[in-house]
Amino acid sequence: MTAIALPALPDVGEGDVRIPPSAVVSDALAVAKRNLIGLMRVPTTVVFSTVQPVIFVLMFRYVFGGAIRVPGVSYVDFLMAGIFVQTVTFGSMNTGVGLAMDMQSGLIERFRSLPMARSAVLAGRTIADAVRNLFVIALMVLVGFAVGFRVHTGVLEFGGAVLLLVLFGVAFSWIMAYIGLSTGNAEAAQAASFPLMAVFVFASSAFVSTATMPGPLRVYANHQPVTATVNAVRALVLGGPTAGKVLTALVWTVGITIVFAFLSVRRYRRAV
Amino acid sequence: MSTNYAIHVEGLVKRFGDVLALSAIDIDVPHGTVLGLLGPNGAGKTTAVRILTTLLEPDAGEARILGMDVVRQPNAVRASIGLAGQYAAVDENLTGRENLRMVGQLTRQPASTARARTDELLERFDLVHAADRPAKTYSGGMRRRLDLAAALIHRPPVLFLDEPTTGLDPKSRSDLWGLIGELVSDGTTLLLTTQYLEEADRLADHIVVIDEGRIIEEGSATDLKERLGRTLVEVKFPTTRRARIAARQLAAIGPTELSDGDTTVGVGVTDSGKALLDVVRLLESVDLAPKSMAVRQPTLDDVFLQLTGRGPSADDEQPEPATRGAA
Ligand SMILES: Nc1ncnc2c1ncn2[C@@H]1O[C@H](COP(=O)(O)OP(=O)(O)OP(=O)(O)O)[C@@H](O)[C@H]1O
Ligand SMILES: [Mg+2]
Repeated sequence: MTAIALPALPDVGEGDVRIPPSAVVSDALAVAKRNLIGLMRVPTTVVFSTVQPVIFVLMFRYVFGGAIRVPGVSYVDFLMAGIFVQTVTFGSMNTGVGLAMDMQSGLIERFRSLPMARSAVLAGRTIADAVRNLFVIALMVLVGFAVGFRVHTGVLEFGGAVLLLVLFGVAFSWIMAYIGLSTGNAEAAQAASFPLMAVFVFASSAFVSTATMPGPLRVYANHQPVTATVNAVRALVLGGPTAGKVLTALVWTVGITIVFAFLSVRRYRRAV
Repeated sequence: MSTNYAIHVEGLVKRFGDVLALSAIDIDVPHGTVLGLLGPNGAGKTTAVRILTTLLEPDAGEARILGMDVVRQPNAVRASIGLAGQYAAVDENLTGRENLRMVGQLTRQPASTARARTDELLERFDLVHAADRPAKTYSGGMRRRLDLAAALIHRPPVLFLDEPTTGLDPKSRSDLWGLIGELVSDGTTLLLTTQYLEEADRLADHIVVIDEGRIIEEGSATDLKERLGRTLVEVKFPTTRRARIAARQLAAIGPTELSDGDTTVGVGVTDSGKALLDVVRLLESVDLAPKSMAVRQPTLDDVFLQLTGRGPSADDEQPEPATRGAA
């Protein structure tokens, strides 16, 4: 065995080595890549990202589509915005469960012992989940087109809707990241987030008009982020007054992202 | 400042609520040597490793790696250390090769270097045949080797291994010992924790025994055995009656004890060569022919038993599995 020369280590004196800004990006991408590979190799996430959204589109279209009437538009067109938002919202659970699994497996400890950017593990996870969301949305749009969904506005508005959906997915990913890191256990993360997501998604304008809901529920439904995003996406694909709705959705999205990214990063630093 | 030592620890304290996991530990590890941190479950071994690898902040005291402070210079420390934790931390979904390349990239090596280093380590750790299979299909031993390879990808001059062979079968354990031996001969400084006395005996230049967060003894394996263990001359007899008679006679040479269904007499001695002759002469003079005779050197288990009043894993806790995972 030949002796291996040890790499020259920077003499840092009493200061610390700085992580170069370029590393913040490259480390996040390296982690995102590993998460995407993982997503593609785990059968459950593949099913959650492909079969399930397709089934939802078809089910709502053909099972409930006949029973639910919404004034002014065809139910498919009304529905699609709701299904998009539902899918990215529930999809964000993946972020929390994934991080919890990484904590359980000790991988987070390994990452924390490497001279890498501190933000990379969380950013990489969120980037991977955003890519996944983009893929799922594209798939649902195709299936939606096949069963009669039409965009009533232009390409620009539709692109805006997709962008908003992805950003909203990122915002919810940060909520889930916080839950995942706090529980540190995949099952617990799932158990903690599912009811929360359900309250956001089902008590919203995703599938029915909130006008039919009883008083207090309607007040809640009208003032929560999922409804805001559904309304904005709906306006972007169906037309009508748009700017105010999009602004409300963006305020929620950005607000959630800032608060929960801050909480998650703080939680990650203390992660044990 | 002690740059003379690769690892310098002074007055390290860590508590978790009411549990004092480390109470003022001092350790110095010279460059290129192996320190074995030996202790039973809950002794504080992992806590010490986690502080030294920047994963946990101490409540008091100081720890330096190659002169760099683990609390104030964490990134500099991270660039110089490799860690294989108590549980193999590999990405189950990535292949062995992908795992190593990822860590290579995260330690900021040029892609070509990371690739070459990956191939070299796969080769060295006997993982070439499984390199392109997801790690979830690996056996416990393969997973440990992959984890160790990942810790080495950036050629760290200081290496931490937390119970590297727990949960491995004897063959995998001795294979891993071989690999660790090679690393150390390359000049790497190693801090190794273990519950296996044999492991410390085999790999470590210097052993620190900790229990309940305190250092209770230290020295080389030979030191510890000489000071605390004792050599036994074991004389086996065909019948218990003869063994009992012999035991009374042999008490003149050293403290005796009967074992093995009262057919074997153990005589505690210091100089085994001379003692052996004395035993033979004495037995001849009283005409008691033994069936067999042997000298048993003290093991670290004896040392441990004497120090802590219990065996190395006499806790009610079971030894933990080599990997924990969300399978
Ligand atoms: N994160 C933590 N929170 C609370 N207590 C902890 C934590 N980590 C360790 N401890 C406690 O500190 C003590 C030392 O634990 P440590 O894991 O360092 O022991 P160890 O020597 O590595 O044991 P083992 O051989 O079982 O791995 C134990 O009593 C343990 O319960
Ligand atoms: Mg431990």
